[in-house]
Amino acid sequence: MSTTEIRQALPTGTWHLDPVHSSLGFELTYMGGVFRGQFREVEATLEDAQLTGSAQVASVDVKDENLAAHLQSPEFFDVERYPELRFASTDVEGGEELTIRGEITIKGVTHPVELTGRATEPLTDAYGRERFGLTLETKLDRTAFGLNWNLPLPSGEPALSNEVTLVAELFFVKEA
Amino acid sequence: MKVLALSGSLRRDSYNTKLLHAAARLLPDGAELELWDRLKEVPPYDEDDDVEPAPAAVAALRAAIAGADALLVATPEYNSSIPGQLKNTLDWVSRPLAKNPLRGKPVAVVGASAGAFGAVWSQAELRKVLAAMGGRVIEGGVSVGHAPTRFEGDHLVDTELREQLAEVVGALVSEAAAREASRVAA
Repeated sequence: MSTTEIRQALPTGTWHLDPVHSSLGFELTYMGGVFRGQFREVEATLEDAQLTGSAQVASVDVKDENLAAHLQSPEFFDVERYPELRFASTDVEGGEELTIRGEITIKGVTHPVELTGRATEPLTDAYGRERFGLTLETKLDRTAFGLNWNLPLPSGEPALSNEVTLVAELFFVKEA
Repeated sequence: MKVLALSGSLRRDSYNTKLLHAAARLLPDGAELELWDRLKEVPPYDEDDDVEPAPAAVAALRAAIAGADALLVATPEYNSSIPGQLKNTLDWVSRPLAKNPLRGKPVAVVGASAGAFGAVWSQAELRKVLAAMGGRVIEGGVSVGHAPTRFEGDHLVDTELREQLAEVVGALVSEAAAREASRVAA
């Protein structure tokens, strides 16, 4: 019998997202550089150590409103038909280094996904509430979700990579 | 249910305009087609002129698209691509992109040409442009090649082409109906 203390992968109890400080970002290669954007409206709940979350496509945040409109169009996320991205975990393992498996739904298509990251130890914030931070990351092939837009460069290379990195920086506050 | 129809050809006896008249007769019950015939009045796009109030024909087309449930465009093919005045007109409609009236609107593309291929490349390019504008572009089109032999008056006499056209307009109207239903539900 091992005497090693097994650290709980994620804290128990019910935790709600602090939406102001949390973010869900995406990054991908565009014409050789890294292009980043985020969704401003993100929700997530941690309950019994399982994570569920969603992001509003209409809240996609990039530096140009016409680009935001393009990202919301049927060529990309198709906000009118699929207003939300969703995630639900099925399995959480690890201690300081976490692996969260689950299903992600983008543009109405659901695929299994593995998120990796770290959770901080819960602390008591300035208002007396318990909170902790959770950083998660995964890579997806956007074309698996029907986000197929591209533009060939003069070299014949596509302008936009198919691989997208999603980065979630989440803050959870324990339900009182 | 209103389908706005736009012919990319200005010619009086245009085969593409005839194709739209043929489409009107193939619409499902409850749908009507309105032909927008002011393409020639649209001035060349100039950002300096893209201010309020917009040129009259541009304002009229923006309003017509906003008021329609779907858009059907028939295009000829000039030098393997979209005729300039049609592209110019769509450029007017598209700006500013984030507010253009085609966003999310179901749109279908068909085409006719005197040559063998029936504007197939022009249709492909037009689909790309309409998708870039944010339209919900219906897959599939109709390519009326050898157009002078395919019409009697504005009737499309080729049965197979008529069936293809009926399929495209049917898909367009279904898409518009689905969109309307989801809006009512929301």
